[in-house]
Amino acid sequence: MTKEKDNLLQEVTGSDYKYGFVTNVETDVIGKGLSEDVIRLISSKKEEPEWLLEFRLKAYRHWLTMKMPQWAQLTIPEINYQDIIYYAAPKQEEKKNWDEVDPELKATFDKLGIPLNEQKTLAGVAVDAVMDSISVKTTFKEALAERGVIFCSFSEAVKNHPDLVKKYLGSVVPYNDNFFAALNSAVFSDGSFVYIPKGVRCPMELSTYFRINAAKTGQFERTLIVAEDDAYVSYLEGCTAPQRDENQLHAAIVEIVVEKNAEVKYSTVQNWYPGDKQGKGGIYNFVTKRGICRGENARLIWAQVETGSAITWKYPSTILKGDGSVSEFYSVAVTNNHQQADTGTKMIHIGNNTRSRIVSKGISAGHSSNSYRGKVKVVKNCQNARNYSQCDSLLLGDKCGAHTFPYLEIENPTAQVEHEATTSKIGEDQIFYCNQRGISTEDAVGLIIKGYAGDVINKMPMEFAVEAQKLLQISLEGSVG
Amino acid sequence: MENTMLKIKDLHAVVDGKEILKGINLEVKPGEIHAIMGPNGAGKSTLSAVLTGKERFQVTQGEIEFRGKNLLGMPAEDRAREGIFLSFQYPVEIPGVSTVNFLKTAVNEHRKYKGLPPYPAGDFLKMIREKMQLVGIDNKLLNRSLNEGFSGGEKKRNEIFQMAVLEPLLAILDETDSGLDIDALRTVAQGVNKLKTPDNAVIVITHYQRLLDYIVPDIVHVLYDGRIVKTAGKELVAELEKYGYDWIKEEIKSKDNGHA
Repeated sequence: MTKEKDNLLQEVTGSDYKYGFVTNVETDVIGKGLSEDVIRLISSKKEEPEWLLEFRLKAYRHWLTMKMPQWAQLTIPEINYQDIIYYAAPKQEEKKNWDEVDPELKATFDKLGIPLNEQKTLAGVAVDAVMDSISVKTTFKEALAERGVIFCSFSEAVKNHPDLVKKYLGSVVPYNDNFFAALNSAVFSDGSFVYIPKGVRCPMELSTYFRINAAKTGQFERTLIVAEDDAYVSYLEGCTAPQRDENQLHAAIVEIVVEKNAEVKYSTVQNWYPGDKQGKGGIYNFVTKRGICRGENARLIWAQVETGSAITWKYPSTILKGDGSVSEFYSVAVTNNHQQADTGTKMIHIGNNTRSRIVSKGISAGHSSNSYRGKVKVVKNCQNARNYSQCDSLLLGDKCGAHTFPYLEIENPTAQVEHEATTSKIGEDQIFYCNQRGISTEDAVGLIIKGYAGDVINKMPMEFAVEAQKLLQISLEGSVG
Repeated sequence: MENTMLKIKDLHAVVDGKEILKGINLEVKPGEIHAIMGPNGAGKSTLSAVLTGKERFQVTQGEIEFRGKNLLGMPAEDRAREGIFLSFQYPVEIPGVSTVNFLKTAVNEHRKYKGLPPYPAGDFLKMIREKMQLVGIDNKLLNRSLNEGFSGGEKKRNEIFQMAVLEPLLAILDETDSGLDIDALRTVAQGVNKLKTPDNAVIVITHYQRLLDYIVPDIVHVLYDGRIVKTAGKELVAELEKYGYDWIKEEIKSKDNGHA
C-alpha cells in the first residue's frame, strides 16, 4: 500500500512545472556582458532621452562600487555578471493591431493562459505582456485612456509621458538603494507604467505578465505605479519562465506612489521556474519592491503568492509617510525541493496614526529553506503608530527549514506593536484523518494548505484566487507521504 | 455465514519492528454491536489502525475481508469509501478548514466512489441540518475550523456527527469515552444508538465499561497481548468491571503453563 501511494505521488510530482516550454521567435540580442557601452547600446536601441541614459550610467557606476548582500539566509552561488545577456527582445515591428502580432508570441501567451486578444480576455482585466526585455502587447489601452488612466509599457511611457516618468523614476527606490536595485537601474529594459489621475477609480484590474524566454538572459523589468489623490487601482503581476538547466537572473524594481486618500492594491502570483528536483536550474529572483503612502489616509495593500524561483530575495515594503495612512502585507511563500526563499516586508511608520498589518505564511517542503525577514520601524516623531504582524510557518517533512527574523525599531513610545509567530507541521495524523474520511492524500494536502493560506488567498483579486490556490497545491503535490 | 460483514483471520501486525497483533480472529455481522475490551497496551488501538489502513502498521500475516473484498492492499481512503468509519480517540485539528467544508469534501468523495455526482449544495445543507439535530450538535461548530479549539466533548460529538453524515456500514469507536464527562458520554452514546440499524455494525473499543452501559454490546471480546483471549455476551462486561483484567491474565498464564 505504501508503494501504491509512492507511485501516485511520483506520478503527481512528475507533472510539475507546466510552463517550462520555449518559444521560437527571432530575438534581437546584445552580446553577453556589462559595460558602459552595453548600457549606451540599450539606451539607444530604446531611443531614450539623454537624462535617462545619465540615470542608467550613474546607477552603473555606483553598482561597480557595491558588493552583493550577504546577510540573507541564502546560499547564493557566484554569479558571473559578464556571462549574462542584458538585452533580448523578440523581434517585431510595432503592432497596433492584434492580428499583426507574431503568431508564435500569441501562441505562447495563449499557452500560458494569458489571452492578449481583447475579445477573449478575462472580463475586466487589462493585460500588459512582457517577454524578455520588451512589452509585447497591452490590452484595453484605449478603453482606459478614456478615463485618463495610463497603462502601457515602460518604454512607451518614456516616449509618451516623459515628464511623469522623470518625476517618479527612482523616487521610491533610489538608483543606489541596494546592489540589485543599482543593477536594475543601469540595465532595466521594460516593464509596466500605470498612472491613475486624481479621483479616478480604475474600471478594471490591471495585470502585467512577465515571461523570460531567451536563454542566458537576465530579466530586469521596472514597474512604476502612481495613484493621484482619491484614485484607486488593483494591479496584478504574474511570471513564468522556461525550464533550463542554467540559472537565470531576474532583478526587478517596483515603485508605487500613493497620494492622499488613494488606494493601490498590488498582487503577485510569482511562478518563475524553480529548478528541478535536484536543484538544478531555476530563476534567481532578487527584487526590490517599495511603495510610499505619500498623502494622508493613503492605502497600499500587498498580496502575494510565491511558488517559483530557485532563490527568492524580496521584501515588498511600504513607507507610511502620510498621516493616517495604512499598509497591509499578505503573503504565502512556498518552497519545495531545493528552493530557497528569504522574503518578508518592511513597514516604515513616519506619519502619525499610521497602521500596518503583516500576515506572512511560509510553507516549506522537500529540502528547501524558507525564511521570513520583516522589519517594523516607527520613527521618533511618529505618534500612535500601530502594527500587527503574524508570521506562520508550515513544514512538510523533516528535511526542510523555516526561519523567522523579525526586526523591530520602535523609537516612539506611543507605538503599539504586536507580533505573533507559529510553526506547525502537516502531520501524518492530519493526512490519515482525511484519508479515513474518504479524502485522498493529494486532496488532503490541498485542503490543509487551503485552510492554512486562506487568509492570504482571500485577499487576492477574485479572478486570480482560484488560480493561486491551484498553484499552491501543484507546487506541493508529492511532498507529503 | 453468508452475510458476514467483516472477517478477520489470523491477523498479525508489526509496528516499528515490534509485533503487536499476534493472530486475531474476529467476525462481525450486520446489526451487531461488538465490544473489544482489554488492558492498556493489549493492541486495541493497533487493531483499529490496521482495519482502517494507517500506514505505520504493517500486516505480516493473515487476512481481512470486508463485504467479500480484501481490505489489505486497499488504501485508507477506499476503505473509508467502502463504508468503514473510525471515530478517533484523538481527533486532529485542521486550521482554516471549516467542519462543513471538510464534510462536503468527504461526502462528495464517497459519492464519486459510488459513481454519483456531487451533492447539490441545497440538499447537502438540508442533510447536514437533519444530522445535526439527530446527534445534537451546535450550529456554531459547523463553521469553525475542524476541531480547532473544540473541547474534548465537542470533538467526540463532532466525530459522531461525521459518522451520521457519512453513514458507514461499520463504525469503529476507538476509546470514544476517554476524556468525556458523564453528560457528554450520554449524548455521544445516544447519537450512536440513534444511528444503529439492522444493516450496520459497530465495534466499540474501550478500556472501561461505562460507555457500554449506554451502547449495549451483543458480543464482548477481551484483547490481551495481541490476541482475543475471551469472547462472551454482555454479561462479561460486568465481570470485568468487578474483577478487573487480572483474572483473565491468570487464566491465560495457567493455560500456557499447562501447554508447556
